[in-house]
Amino acid sequence: MGQRTPLYATHVAQHAKMVDFGGWDMPINYGSQIEEHHQVRRDAGMFDVSHMTVLDLRGPRVREFLRYLLANNVDRLKDSGKALYSCMLNERGGVIDDLIVYFMDESWFRMVVNAATRDKDIAWITKQAQAFNVAVTERGELSMIAVQGPNARAKAHQVLGKAAEGALSDIGVFFARTVGEMFVARTGYTGEDGYEIILPATQAVNLWKQLFEAGVKPIGLGARDTLRLEAGMNLYGSDMDETLTPLEAGLAWTVGWNPPERNFIGRAVLDAQRTTPHRQFVGLVLSDKGVLRNHQKVLAGGKEIGEITSGSFSPTLGKAIAFARIDAGVTGECGVDMRGKVLSVTIVKPPFARNGKACV
Amino acid sequence: MSNIPQNLKYTKTHEWVLVNADGTATVGITDYAQDLLGDIVFIQTPDIGNNVKASQDCAVVESVKAASDIYAPIAGTITAGNAALSAEPEIVNKDPFGVGWIFKMSIADKGELDKLLTPKQYADHVASEAH
Repeated sequence: MGQRTPLYATHVAQHAKMVDFGGWDMPINYGSQIEEHHQVRRDAGMFDVSHMTVLDLRGPRVREFLRYLLANNVDRLKDSGKALYSCMLNERGGVIDDLIVYFMDESWFRMVVNAATRDKDIAWITKQAQAFNVAVTERGELSMIAVQGPNARAKAHQVLGKAAEGALSDIGVFFARTVGEMFVARTGYTGEDGYEIILPATQAVNLWKQLFEAGVKPIGLGARDTLRLEAGMNLYGSDMDETLTPLEAGLAWTVGWNPPERNFIGRAVLDAQRTTPHRQFVGLVLSDKGVLRNHQKVLAGGKEIGEITSGSFSPTLGKAIAFARIDAGVTGECGVDMRGKVLSVTIVKPPFARNGKACV
Repeated sequence: MSNIPQNLKYTKTHEWVLVNADGTATVGITDYAQDLLGDIVFIQTPDIGNNVKASQDCAVVESVKAASDIYAPIAGTITAGNAALSAEPEIVNKDPFGVGWIFKMSIADKGELDKLLTPKQYADHVASEAH
């Protein structure tokens, strides 16, 4: 038996198929993964993401610390509540984790990191924080529910009440606001509008039930994966890890290159790699029948040029799609070895679909 | 507990076999198998006229989760593939023993049918696999 979120019994009661996910018993689907996927693209769905790790970083030098710890530049965060997506690198430029950091005030930033990387993240951050006298506190008593889809915000407002609606009606994208005991962020992992709501674990079941009554359907990790893949969002452990830099994982856009004098962990490696040819991270679309899968080999001119890092079936496109890491310079068409047969795929730039519509 | 109709024969690899009045056999995958696979998105049916041996892989079912080979339960010649699966592969999830059949074949040796699992034996097999 793995770890359980406060919503475990609720998932089981809602007929979820539970699977192990990084040591947690989590819902993979509640019936049909494809119907859940469409529910989020077309209406509103909710995800239990309470397994994710919430860290509060406090201290007068916390901004200075994060300027050094993260590849993206927290100086982009000027307004309270503003969020930033960033990689956290080791000295070799390898990705320890990807995360979202929120600026609360000059002595408090909040970070949400992956569940599977929790232990090494906390160890790394705590070690680096010592020189800056920044205190790192895990907020294990908090749960997290993501509400996503074109109607997600309206339905969430209905549940959270008039006061919340007032506070949230003009919230910007990638901003968070505190509503009572809830921390409501306009962020997500689906390519749709919506919120990620961090709240006391004791209130998670109640909010889940109220959202359900408002017509927000429960969505499992299966659909979460196809939604994020369509939306062009990376999955740590599949698309990048400690042996790969952000440049090899399609995440160069998340690196805060300016100002050049900002010294962040891993910078020297990235600066050198930036000006030399390196493997590229691309999207693939298969027009033939079949489903692209993780680790299938990508071929061009009769030789192997790379590998699929995330492959699946796109319910929005009705075709198989994938992310792949391939040699520099290859464009157009290439092949994928699918169970011994080489099928032709088109190289595209992700995302494949967002806001209910196909983009490729 | 998954549905296991009494009028069918089964394989350990989760195919079902219906012996038709005209002496041919209809083959599909069981309710247990479709549930394990999850949403099915593509099915490659065998070519008509193919001669297959028992336990030979002859079709592929791809779900969001995995690709899975379908094995011929007995020896024979493929006489039909379910054309409806091309546009609506999800009917295998919805009705695996009915409209979601996968192919039809002739029966080369009726004796091979006796080697297939009875509903009771298949239920025991599923129970042992699930634990």
